[in-house]
Amino acid sequence: MTTLSRQQGLPIPKPSRKARRDWRGWAFVGPFMAVFLLVFIAPVIYAVYLSLFREQLVGGNAFVGFENYLLVLSDGKFWEAFLRVLLFLVIQVPIMLVLALAAAMAIDSARLHATGFFRIVIFLPYAVPAVVAVLMWGFIYGGNFGLAANINDFLGSEVITPFTREWILPAIGNIVTWEFVGYNMLIFYAALRTIPTELYEAAELDGAGPFRVITGIKIPALRGAIVIAAIFSIIGSFQLFNEPNILKPLAPNIITSYFTPNMYAYNLSFAGQQFNYSATVAIVMGVITAVIAYVVQLRGSRKEDR
Amino acid sequence: MSAPAYVRSRDNSRPRSRKSIALTLLMLLFVVYTLVPLLWLVINATKTQPELFSSFGLWFGSDFALFDNIAQTLTYNNGIFVRWFGNTLLYVVVGAGGATLLATVAGYGLAKFRFPGRRAVFAVVLGAIAIPGTALAVPTFLMFSQLGLTNTPWAIIIPSLISPFGLYLIWVYAAESIPTELLEAARIDGAGEFRTFFTISIRLLAPGIVTVLLFAVVATWNNYFLPLIMLSDPAWFPLTVGLNQWNAQATGVAAQPIYNLVITGSLLTILPIVAAFLVLQRFWQSGLSAGSVK
Repeated sequence: MTTLSRQQGLPIPKPSRKARRDWRGWAFVGPFMAVFLLVFIAPVIYAVYLSLFREQLVGGNAFVGFENYLLVLSDGKFWEAFLRVLLFLVIQVPIMLVLALAAAMAIDSARLHATGFFRIVIFLPYAVPAVVAVLMWGFIYGGNFGLAANINDFLGSEVITPFTREWILPAIGNIVTWEFVGYNMLIFYAALRTIPTELYEAAELDGAGPFRVITGIKIPALRGAIVIAAIFSIIGSFQLFNEPNILKPLAPNIITSYFTPNMYAYNLSFAGQQFNYSATVAIVMGVITAVIAYVVQLRGSRKEDR
Repeated sequence: MSAPAYVRSRDNSRPRSRKSIALTLLMLLFVVYTLVPLLWLVINATKTQPELFSSFGLWFGSDFALFDNIAQTLTYNNGIFVRWFGNTLLYVVVGAGGATLLATVAGYGLAKFRFPGRRAVFAVVLGAIAIPGTALAVPTFLMFSQLGLTNTPWAIIIPSLISPFGLYLIWVYAAESIPTELLEAARIDGAGEFRTFFTISIRLLAPGIVTVLLFAVVATWNNYFLPLIMLSDPAWFPLTVGLNQWNAQATGVAAQPIYNLVITGSLLTILPIVAAFLVLQRFWQSGLSAGSVK
């Protein structure tokens, strides 16, 4: 019906109508933005406000300027937590992304039997709640009735000991990798599917081998997806909370209340009632995360220009 | 709704690629890694608590206690698990449903209208993706407690209503899949903007909407940090926080381990969400492909 009226030559809206300030879009965007202001913008402003004050025994809430920030920046617990997640991120994120990349290329290569099966199974852990994932792996790691205990019994010695100072970070890294490798694989796979077939045909005519196709066509085409996946993984590592917090009862002496910056902020407010200081820790972490995410994005897009 | 044209099967267009057994076997290793914990969960949900300790982890015990475990899980502590399940459903239906609606309407508005402040909206929302939840959680809790919202379902539902990722995906999807000429034609016919949206555009957006809905459902179903800080009354817990509380019962002074219930409860928690992913995979896979075009 709509096409009919156009064929009859009804006038198309004149450009002048478009040039007028057109507020109709706000009817669509308005509701989202209203809730967005309440749950994103307002808390950020409130956190900044909190970070400038201190609860005092005498005199109540006092304005202290940037004093809280100076305290955080010279807080050994904060830096210990920060360095721990930094170490975690430097090792876990590359391993996870390389595994995801390899899986995505294998599934996209058309050289695999039952690709659909692999795609869905590897993605499956993403749908498992972090709590359940950590409980499962925690039981498996556990000395009581886990697989680790079975293997140790079999070998007759304590070979696998996830809940020790040396192995707790790799143990957490394994859980996080298990949870998110499939999600990243899917992002890469979706990007690989958008490469035009003609490109592969041209490469084949030019006599390019599979390795050349990967470095010359696939990796460049994936650059945007890799940058996005890296940024999300970096943000996720800096926010590390669920996995260590749920494992804590199993390894209470190793996972401290300031094991990660996020756990530190959480315990400051909910165990220590130090809301102002907690907000400051959160803001400092937020700023560091945003800066690093921004740098990764800049470096990623610069490579794209080459 | 069929997949967008560019998501075509390439397998047919490259008949020369031979299937590789070696590669398939290598990928099977990956699958084993993925499935072992899930398999462990399924197997151990069939064991009684004593047998958890006495039998090998990756094989069944002598008794098949799955149905006993399920019955115990559902009735333990006056059926609190069922209550948690109901709470989770409430948070998912209202929270994820609302998030999808808001993201769809707003993403469409951003893609199809030029309005004052459009660029600012886009910049602010994309910037928000980079803000860590850490920076927001504690202040949100303090703000909500001032407003008297903590320890109510609203404390979980309201923050769940915003999905910047969903907004972005619908924005990209709407720009690709809804021809502007179609909207102009509808305007000439005198249809209002909202009528056009609900009768024409929403159908073209369907795969994108299913994708956003599914990811919002997962995010809400799996939500742990937010309910952990917002709720102190177990009657409002979602499954995730409840399960962790059960697990914590095993340690401490008056330890009362109920490992078999934690394991069976975990299995019951993941079944609906895994089923949803498997049933709807055709939709979300095509929706995701569209999002990656940009």
